[in-house]
Amino acid sequence: MIKHLFFAAGLTLATQAVAQDKPVLTVYTYDSFVADWGPGPAVEKAFEATCDCDLQFVAAGDGAALLSRLQLEGARSDADVLLGIDTNLTARARETGLFAPLAAQPNNLDLPVDWSDDTFVPFDWGYFAFVYDTTRMETPPTSFDALIKAEDIKVVIQDPRSSTPGLGLLMWVKTAYPDAAQTIWEGLAPRIVTVTKGWSEAYGLFLDGEADMVLSYTTSPAYHIIAEDDATKAAASFEEGHYMQIEVAAKLAATDQPELADAFLTFVTSDAFQGIIPTTNWMYPAKFPLAGLPEGFDQLITPERALILPDSEAAALRDTALAEWLAALSQ
Amino acid sequence: MTWFLVRSAGWASLALVLTLALVTTVAVARFAPAVPVLGPADWAALRFTVGQAVLSAGLSVALAIPLARALARRRFPGRAVLVALMGAPFILPAIVAVFGLLAVWGRAGIVSQGLDILGLPPVSIYGPVGVVLAHVFFNLPLATRIILQGWLSIPQEQFRLAAMLSMTRRDVARHLERPMLRAVVPGAALVIFLLCLSSFAVALALGGGPRATTIELAIYQAVRFEFDLPKAAALAVIQVMLCLGAATLTLSVARPVDTAPGLDRVVERWDAQGGRASDATLITVAAVFLTLPLAMVVWRGVFGLFDMPPTIWRALATSLLIALPAAGLAVAMAGALAALILRMGARVPGVARGVEAAAILALAVSPFVMGTGLFLILNPWTDPFAAAIPVTVAVNAVLAMPFGLRVLLPALRDAEATQGRLGRSLGLSGWRLFRVAIWPRIRRAVGFSMGLAAALSMGDLGVITLFAPPGVETLPLAMYRLMGSYRTAGADGAALVLVAAAFALLWLFDRGGRVDDPL
Repeated sequence: MIKHLFFAAGLTLATQAVAQDKPVLTVYTYDSFVADWGPGPAVEKAFEATCDCDLQFVAAGDGAALLSRLQLEGARSDADVLLGIDTNLTARARETGLFAPLAAQPNNLDLPVDWSDDTFVPFDWGYFAFVYDTTRMETPPTSFDALIKAEDIKVVIQDPRSSTPGLGLLMWVKTAYPDAAQTIWEGLAPRIVTVTKGWSEAYGLFLDGEADMVLSYTTSPAYHIIAEDDATKAAASFEEGHYMQIEVAAKLAATDQPELADAFLTFVTSDAFQGIIPTTNWMYPAKFPLAGLPEGFDQLITPERALILPDSEAAALRDTALAEWLAALSQ
Repeated sequence: MTWFLVRSAGWASLALVLTLALVTTVAVARFAPAVPVLGPADWAALRFTVGQAVLSAGLSVALAIPLARALARRRFPGRAVLVALMGAPFILPAIVAVFGLLAVWGRAGIVSQGLDILGLPPVSIYGPVGVVLAHVFFNLPLATRIILQGWLSIPQEQFRLAAMLSMTRRDVARHLERPMLRAVVPGAALVIFLLCLSSFAVALALGGGPRATTIELAIYQAVRFEFDLPKAAALAVIQVMLCLGAATLTLSVARPVDTAPGLDRVVERWDAQGGRASDATLITVAAVFLTLPLAMVVWRGVFGLFDMPPTIWRALATSLLIALPAAGLAVAMAGALAALILRMGARVPGVARGVEAAAILALAVSPFVMGTGLFLILNPWTDPFAAAIPVTVAVNAVLAMPFGLRVLLPALRDAEATQGRLGRSLGLSGWRLFRVAIWPRIRRAVGFSMGLAAALSMGDLGVITLFAPPGVETLPLAMYRLMGSYRTAGADGAALVLVAAAFALLWLFDRGGRVDDPL
């Protein structure tokens, strides 16, 4: 037994030694990206096939926690690339001075809005939406106003102070109703069963029947259609339009692998990377794969209007929007 | 010589607690020197946090006293199993417990479905009610166990003596039970108050909205969302001060009992001939309240077992690798501190109380602040990934230690006062005194603390989220990751594995809840 252990230890050391001959590219990302069923393993394989390097993903919580982690580590960080914050955080990220400009701009992106940024490259995107169960609800509300008036509907949302979708909804209401956001929230308050810490808890409560609708993404039903062969989940289309989440990647200024990092950021919008995204991250790829979107995505709703604020405006509005949210829901 | 070692271990434990509790806070505060600004929302969070914690602790203890009395004086088949099962809610990871509770009390839960059949509207527990309900569900078992231990520590011959003297139930309560309660209840209430003070996931899932915001959420927001570390540190300091205030208050109320030695026999409780029906009702209601949500967790998990990725088993191994050393360390620290507190209590009671209060400080410090502080302290010296496992073991041990102390301190005090005195008069000392006179009387308490610490460590998400190197995940982390990517069935399965493993550890160390078998 002991002999086997030594053998195993030796083997591990040997593999590490081999791995160390190749340059290592360290990418910090969020938890679900690196999971066995997430995009991580396939992306790693595809990129390593092109680079003769060792791509290592490090999971460090969700988007906001990722950025905090990099700020904690400062210039000492091993990270070469950050992958997985959204445009609500890019303004804060830019201010830290931790990131370097892109070497090459991505082209021909399939985003519903114009995109240009010298530091961040988008890798996927989605629309926030309220998801419901078609067997329990026949006609979903078609606007925030309709949701406020639908007295028999209960929704579960996430806290904007601890969750990315929660913050997305906050910005959604603020963008759709710049001057009446607090009134909208006061109207929504009786519809809200509870406010959870993160997306997982809220979605779990919805699946358990604790709420009729949950704040999630228009692409959420695609998971149920493709992975579970279950077509009973759908997203409600709102007249006001839907707020977007755009997830981005960037190079750390302190990286010791600048060329590899640039190569990876170019790879991020390549067909090899983008083809993996839809059925592993359950979001729209930033550039639609040549083979088209997987079957099932055609059953999703397409919002008529895509809402999103430029990152500096989003950052400036956040505190006001949060204060309105707190005031409306604390009554 | 032995005493010197024990004393050094006691001081070392205290130093470790203070380092993790205070030095980390200082490290966080020093990261970016600035004057923290606390807004009205923070003060509202503070009020809600303290209010619900007082209510939750008060209610848990108030219900635990009659329940512990009923369990102490009744014998029925399945009693040991019930006592063991009652330990389970306490060791459940918060989010698992919340889903179990909602399966019973939620809008689509058993109770609401029953009401629906009767044509009544569903119950809604979201709001402060839900938070307190969940906290009582978590902590009633712990309170009951601590108080039950107190009841069983009353030498049973004294009940026989009381019967011989034809004492009424009121007399028994006044002479035997109330002094014991005064010694045990304040400590139990304090621990529960502190647990509820730093509650986070429960308050957020069941609170119904930002009215039910705790300080812990404000800290999370400051650390993770705003990266306002001075504010996080300021809030952590408020939590520490609340903890110290509560500790001073409760520990000054507590009075240790002067116990006379007993012969460790189970005697018939002649004083308990009345009240049989009310005891039976109480035990049944409590058993249903505590085990039904647990049964729902198991029920949901069974179907999910087939949807789990195989990596769950590796995560289980990692969690065990952390939980077992953490439990050993926690009990060693609690034992050394208990010995130190008792020895000093005889000479300098003020200092002893100070040590006792400081030992539970770790419970008051936010895991986010502790984790971030540790990260800041270790990062310049070593790769935090490399230190992940030892750091998690140390933090989990310090977090579990206060529970061990609450269980071990009364047991050791008792053993010392009775067998210790006798042993010394017979010329025993040092290691032999411990082995012959003390150990048999504290063995059960040690077992229970070990089980509790191991189980708590299993379910803790804690600092591993900041330190986990690529490819290393603990079972709670794996469960959260499953939940975070639509795989709820797999997450339910992982929750069942987690609960089963934690409960198995508690059961093994606690010898199946046989709290009062002859020694």
